[in-house]
Amino acid sequence: MARSFDVRRQAGFTTIAMIAFFMLYLPIVVLVVFAFNAGENFSQWDGLSLRWFEKAINNVEVIDASIRSLQIAVIAALIATVAATLAAIATTRTTGYRGLTAKYAFINLPLMVPEIVTAVALLIFFSRVKIWTGYSGIGYLIAAHTAFCIPFAYLPVRARLENMDMTLEKAAADLYATPFKAFRFVTLPLLWPGIIAGFMLAFVISLDDVVITEFVKSGGQDTLPTYMLGQIRRATTPEVNAISTVFLLLSIAAVTIFFFINRKRA
Amino acid sequence: MTPQQQIIDDEAKRDIRNRWLLSAPALVIVLLAATGPLLVVLVYSFLTAGPYGDVIWKGSTDGWVSVLLQRDIFDDTLSFADAHLSIFLRSLRLSVLTTILALVLGFPTAYFIATRPQRTRELWVFLITIPFWTNLLIRTFAMLEILRNQGLVNTLLIQLGVISSPIQMLFTDGAILAGMVYVYLPLMVLPLYASMEKLDFRLVEAGYDLYATPFQVLRKIIIPLVKPGMIAGSILVFIPSLGAYVTPSVLGGGKNMMLGNLIELQFGQGRNWPLGSAISITLMLIVMVALLFYVRNAGSGERSHG
Repeated sequence: MARSFDVRRQAGFTTIAMIAFFMLYLPIVVLVVFAFNAGENFSQWDGLSLRWFEKAINNVEVIDASIRSLQIAVIAALIATVAATLAAIATTRTTGYRGLTAKYAFINLPLMVPEIVTAVALLIFFSRVKIWTGYSGIGYLIAAHTAFCIPFAYLPVRARLENMDMTLEKAAADLYATPFKAFRFVTLPLLWPGIIAGFMLAFVISLDDVVITEFVKSGGQDTLPTYMLGQIRRATTPEVNAISTVFLLLSIAAVTIFFFINRKRA
Repeated sequence: MTPQQQIIDDEAKRDIRNRWLLSAPALVIVLLAATGPLLVVLVYSFLTAGPYGDVIWKGSTDGWVSVLLQRDIFDDTLSFADAHLSIFLRSLRLSVLTTILALVLGFPTAYFIATRPQRTRELWVFLITIPFWTNLLIRTFAMLEILRNQGLVNTLLIQLGVISSPIQMLFTDGAILAGMVYVYLPLMVLPLYASMEKLDFRLVEAGYDLYATPFQVLRKIIIPLVKPGMIAGSILVFIPSLGAYVTPSVLGGGKNMMLGNLIELQFGQGRNWPLGSAISITLMLIVMVALLFYVRNAGSGERSHG
C-alpha cells in the first residue's frame, strides 16, 4: 500500500525544528548540570555536589544583590501595574478622542527604543538630577524600571478590557450602582486576570534587566543580573551556574503561572 | 444648542478629562524616566566633550562629525576613523546574519509547531516561551560555557579525535552570531507561529491537486500567506540585534565591538559623551526606519488577506 500523503509535510522541517529545540535547551541544561558539579571544571564531571550553591548563599554580595533585585522588581512592577491599568481604562472602550492614538503610541514607545539608547539617556539625565538634588539612592533604578515595565503591564490589561462585556457595567448602572461601585464590583473582578498577568510580565522584565540597570546604578547598587555580568566578565566559577539555576527556576515558575492564567482566559 | 445636547456635550467633555487624568501617571512616568531623556541625548550630541566625561555647555558638531565622517577627535587620522565604520558595518552584518539564520531555523520550527495536533501544540509553544522568558544574560552565559576552550563543543571534538587542541571560538564574530541567534530565536518563532496557526491548509491541498511539488507549495502558497509573520519576526530579531549590548560584550570580548559597546565606550573610557549621544541617536534612527518599513509592509499584508 502506498504511504499516505500528508499535505502538511515539508521535507526536513521536522528535523530542523528538532535541531532548533535541541539548540535552545542544550546550553541551559549544561549550565544547570554543571551547577551541581563538585569540581571547578565546565566540561568534566567530578561528581555531584551542592558546594557552589552553599558558596552562593554564603556570599554577602549575592544575597545583597538578590534582595535589591527583588525590592526593585516588586516596587517597580506594582507601580507600573497600577499606572498601566489606569491608562488601559483610559484608552479603551471609547469611540475615540483627540490624542488617543498619540497616547497609545507614547505608552508603547519604550518598547521601540533600543535599550542601550534608553540606558545612556537615563545615565545622562539622572547624573544631572543627582547633582541637583544630591540624592543618589535606589529611587532612580525604581523609576527607570517602572517606566520600561509600563508597556509590558499595559498590554495584557488592555487586551482583557477590549474583550470585556460592556453590558455588565451598563447593567450595574441600571441597578443604581455609582460609577465607583460599578468599577469596584463589576469591572475590577473581571479585569483581575489581566492585571495579574501584567504584573507577572512587569516583574519578570524588571528582574531580568541588565543594560538599563548597568548604566543607571550608582556604586554599590548591583542587582543580581549586573552582579552576574561583572562576574562573567572575569574568570567564572560554577558559583555563577548555581545562581543562574536558582534564577532560572524563579523565571520558569513565573512563566508557568502566566501561561496558566492566560490559558484559563482562552 | 438644546439643553439635552448641552448635557451630552458636558458629559463627553468630562469623560475625556477623566481619561486624561487616569492616564496621567503612566504618561508622566514614561516621560520622565524613558522617553523625555532621549531629548537630552539629542541636545548632548550637539555639545562639546568635557575632559573627564560629561559635557561643556558649548555648542559643537564634533560629536556628529565623528560619527558621519569617522574622524578621530584626538589626531584626525583616517586609520583610526575606520574603527567606527567597521563597527557600524559589523553590527549591520551580524544583525542581518542573525535575522537570516533565525528565519532559517525559526520558519521550520514554527511550521512544525503549527502542524501539531491541538493538544500537543500548546506544549511546544510553551517550550518556546520558556527560553523567551529566561534571563538573556543567563542564556548568553550558557552559550559562553558551551563555546569556551574547555567547553562542551571543544571537549567533544577533542575526545572524538577531530581536533587535537581546542579551537578559539569565544571572542570572535562567530561567537556573537551564535549567541544572538540563540537568544533571539524565540522572537522569530512566536510571530511566525501566530501567522502559521491561521494558515488554511485547504489552500495547500488545492495546490497539490493542481500537481504542485511540496517546494512549489511552500514557495507559492505557504510563504506568501505567512509573510506578515516573517516580517514581524525578522523585525523583532533585527532591532534588538542591532542594539545588542550584553551578548557582544560577553561573547565578543573587548575587541569585537558592536554599536552598543561603542556607545558604552564613549560614556566610559572614551569620555566623549557627545559622540556617544550622536551614535545613540543614529542607532535609534536606523531602528525607526526598520519599524516604518515594518508598519508599511504589515499593513499591506493585512489588507491582502482581507
